[in-house]
Amino acid sequence: MITWPILSVVTFLPVVGALIIYLNRGDDEAARRNSRWIALWTTLITFAVSLILVWRFDAAQPDFQFVEKAQWLAAGITYHMGVDGISLPFVILTTALMPFCIIASWKSVTMRVREYMMAFLLLETLMVGTFSALDLVLFYLFFEGGLIPMFLIIGVWGGPRRVYASFKFFLYTLLGSVLMLLAIMALYWNAGTTDIPTLMHTAVPRSLQTWAWLAFFASFAVKMPMWPVHTWLPDAHVEAPTAGSVILAAILLKMGGYGFLRFSLPMFPLASHDFAPLIYSLSVIAIIYTSLVALMQEDIKKLIAYSSVAHMGFVTMGIFAGTIQGVAGGVFQMISHGIVSGALFLCVGIVYDRMHTREIAAYGGLVNRMPLYALVFMIFTMANVGLPGTSGFVGEFMTLIGTFKVSIPTATFATTGVILSAAYALWLYRKVIFGVLKPSLASIKDLTFRESVTLFPLVALTLLFGFYPKPVLDMSAASVQQLVNNYATAVTAVKAAALLQ
Amino acid sequence: MSFESAGYQLLPVLPELLLAVGAMALLMLGAYRGQQTTTLVTTLAICLLVLTGVLELLLPAGKLTTFAGSFIVDDFARFLKILALIGSAATLILSTEYLADQSRRIFEYAILVLLSTLGMMVLISAGDLIMLYLGLELMSLALYVVAASNRDNAKSTEAGLKYFVLGALSSGMLLYGASLIYGFTGTVSFAGIAAAVKTGSVGIVFGVVFLLAGLCFKVSAVPFHMWTPDVYEGAPTPVTAFFASAPKVAALAVFTRVTLTAFPGIVTQWQQIVVFVAIASMALGSFAAIGQKNIKRLMAYSSIGHMGFALVGLAAGTAEGAQGVLVYIAIYVAMTLGSFSVILTMKRSGQHFENISDFAGLSRTNPLLAFFFAMLLFSLAGIPPLAGFFAKWYVFVAAIKAGLFTLAVVGVLTSVVGAYYYLTIIKVMYFEEPLGQLDPMRLELRTVLAVAGLFNIFFFVYPGPLVSVATAAAKSLF
Repeated sequence: MITWPILSVVTFLPVVGALIIYLNRGDDEAARRNSRWIALWTTLITFAVSLILVWRFDAAQPDFQFVEKAQWLAAGITYHMGVDGISLPFVILTTALMPFCIIASWKSVTMRVREYMMAFLLLETLMVGTFSALDLVLFYLFFEGGLIPMFLIIGVWGGPRRVYASFKFFLYTLLGSVLMLLAIMALYWNAGTTDIPTLMHTAVPRSLQTWAWLAFFASFAVKMPMWPVHTWLPDAHVEAPTAGSVILAAILLKMGGYGFLRFSLPMFPLASHDFAPLIYSLSVIAIIYTSLVALMQEDIKKLIAYSSVAHMGFVTMGIFAGTIQGVAGGVFQMISHGIVSGALFLCVGIVYDRMHTREIAAYGGLVNRMPLYALVFMIFTMANVGLPGTSGFVGEFMTLIGTFKVSIPTATFATTGVILSAAYALWLYRKVIFGVLKPSLASIKDLTFRESVTLFPLVALTLLFGFYPKPVLDMSAASVQQLVNNYATAVTAVKAAALLQ
Repeated sequence: MSFESAGYQLLPVLPELLLAVGAMALLMLGAYRGQQTTTLVTTLAICLLVLTGVLELLLPAGKLTTFAGSFIVDDFARFLKILALIGSAATLILSTEYLADQSRRIFEYAILVLLSTLGMMVLISAGDLIMLYLGLELMSLALYVVAASNRDNAKSTEAGLKYFVLGALSSGMLLYGASLIYGFTGTVSFAGIAAAVKTGSVGIVFGVVFLLAGLCFKVSAVPFHMWTPDVYEGAPTPVTAFFASAPKVAALAVFTRVTLTAFPGIVTQWQQIVVFVAIASMALGSFAAIGQKNIKRLMAYSSIGHMGFALVGLAAGTAEGAQGVLVYIAIYVAMTLGSFSVILTMKRSGQHFENISDFAGLSRTNPLLAFFFAMLLFSLAGIPPLAGFFAKWYVFVAAIKAGLFTLAVVGVLTSVVGAYYYLTIIKVMYFEEPLGQLDPMRLELRTVLAVAGLFNIFFFVYPGPLVSVATAAAKSLF
């Protein structure tokens, strides 16, 4: 049925756009405008092509689809691409959010626009590649390669402490990943290949499972980020430009969760089972501790960054519960958080563009001057809290019931996080939107047309998935089912063997 | 075709003969025509290097030996010789500007590079300890002089002298080790030693230690690295580029050949040494570079670290490991030559500068140059998808297969430390305000940078050829 390499086209189309921007020389206003338009059209076309993936995707099929394979490094290391129900939502999330990022940077980025747009397009290629690579080395290439453009985005277009933040981001992530690289090599010698579908069906010896799991964990825990290796995230978020924060929160963090789903659970089921209590503990600490930390923040972006860490705690907890509800909830929560936190950062960017400060104390009474903004911000705040009727609720609820089946204490403690998230989110909302209008804000303007264009589709999606989460859940159902089945089979087989002895 | 002399086949050494005779002829040309021939001699020298490379590739395939087995031409030698020739030729190209300066129009420079390259080729093909020593000394003697070629400059002279004194010391150690090995095995040929050494007696191990100490000096591995930062900083920049590329290829080649073909019986003994040297080099290379302000000193520590990474492959002691070393050194040469072509461009109103802080804002004034340099630095740090990542992949994958987990973990962790100082340079280029316009980049520097930079960026698209050639070359050792 597939006559053209549609997945590679989606992956590498942004690079073509970046090349076109490169060829469009000059630094005058016209060149800047051209770069913006080329970047926007590239991301839109990429999104349109990625919709063909959704169109042709067979949700009843748990295996990889749109598979492409070509010779590459060695016999066992090939250029192998494909998506299943777990990765396709992330691919779409990436391609869907990129146009918003470009539009959000339309006015706020005035310096070195060409390079900025090229960096974002390259980043898109690397992110889509990460989610669709079916070879470990290829995956690593995309996964780590993403550091380069993100480092430059934070460092060149970031805030006052951008150098510190970009270095911390880069080195932290690299440190986690190099250990994963060694584990990839060990797996390569164990199975003679780094082909992901093959490795999923290869039994890995127990001791190697433990070490490899820990190495992969080092990488994904940093990326996710899990407590206590989350400290790079608030810095990176605060210093990054708005679109950079959106990408960080919405997509880069999801690579960690995606890694757990794609590698840890299917390839090292026994180690995943052994270490599940560790994950539960870290997740619960992340949920409660970072929520408390969020309560104390004075910077809006930092508050949202900490809330991201807390929400990712629900994801890790759900994934390692190993139940259908937990895993499906984890996937859904990541997609929902991608939309909601991305939108929240866009909201922060809007007031930052006007006032050039992100301090909570500098705002107040915005509802008087920006009613539309107040409405939009409220919807996303509610989604962040997990109010029923928003997408945030579905994900949190599913991960909680998924975990409840396996570990009641974990689920109980995690539930307190829902209350805490309501505390900090509502507090933020009250401080910024309600109260007496600050004199400095007297002339602030409500959403422009451009800003509305970036926010309203996300509002629609948040509410749609809140009331009708079926499209996402259906897309991933078969793959999640297969993943959970394989995991359960592997764990019970070992348990049975232990009983017999 | 048959060339013989005193009963020995001369065909395998034909490229070396061509290079030697050519170098002599060019020396005569320079000596009779005077210093105004510098440009001509340099150009002809580059042609000669290319010709030698072509001749090397035209030699019949398979393993050729001559002089009773003391000179070996196999795939391993071919691969590394071509690499060394490329490194030398690129160095001469990079030196054009340096030699064009009226105050030092020294035609001998090209001749010395040619002779040094000849030494490297002999070294790479060495099949016994005598040939090894001959090649090593020919290479080194020429290098000592080249290091001091800027004779009116105190730093350059100091660099040459320092290199010479320490180099002589290391040669002495190497000779002492060689004599011990000869004493205990009764032979100098690698094949003979391999047959005689099945277990590591104390005498043999002693000999190996001294031999490896001498070789470590040449690859500038810790703890024999002390000369490197001073010589790199003191020597004229094109010479530094030369030191960092071709001689490293030859030294690493002979290191690999000696350990793998002469001492396969006592792998466990020399493996410990190589593991230690690799760890120490990687660690020192990354930590000591952090505080550097001078880009050439930084490149010196960087090269120490990279030699450590290359030795990780050797420590595995397997065909995969040798393949890793070969891929590593090939990619390393490309990255180094590219980086030095950038460093040589750093000139404002005719004045060269070497401080890292002088790179400030390069991405604003020279975006393409800064981009290529940033990619080379990311590559040196081993970030995918750039070539440097694949270099590290092959050495570490061999180490993992050989079960050297500690070495691999230490290696990747130091690579993160190393990433820090490469990032610092990128930070200066990209995040800081520009200092002023650079002088226009010379054509030859542009060429070298474009070739090295494009290779570095696009290696991942089609890694097949280099990897398969390296695989064949590594196999020829076993």
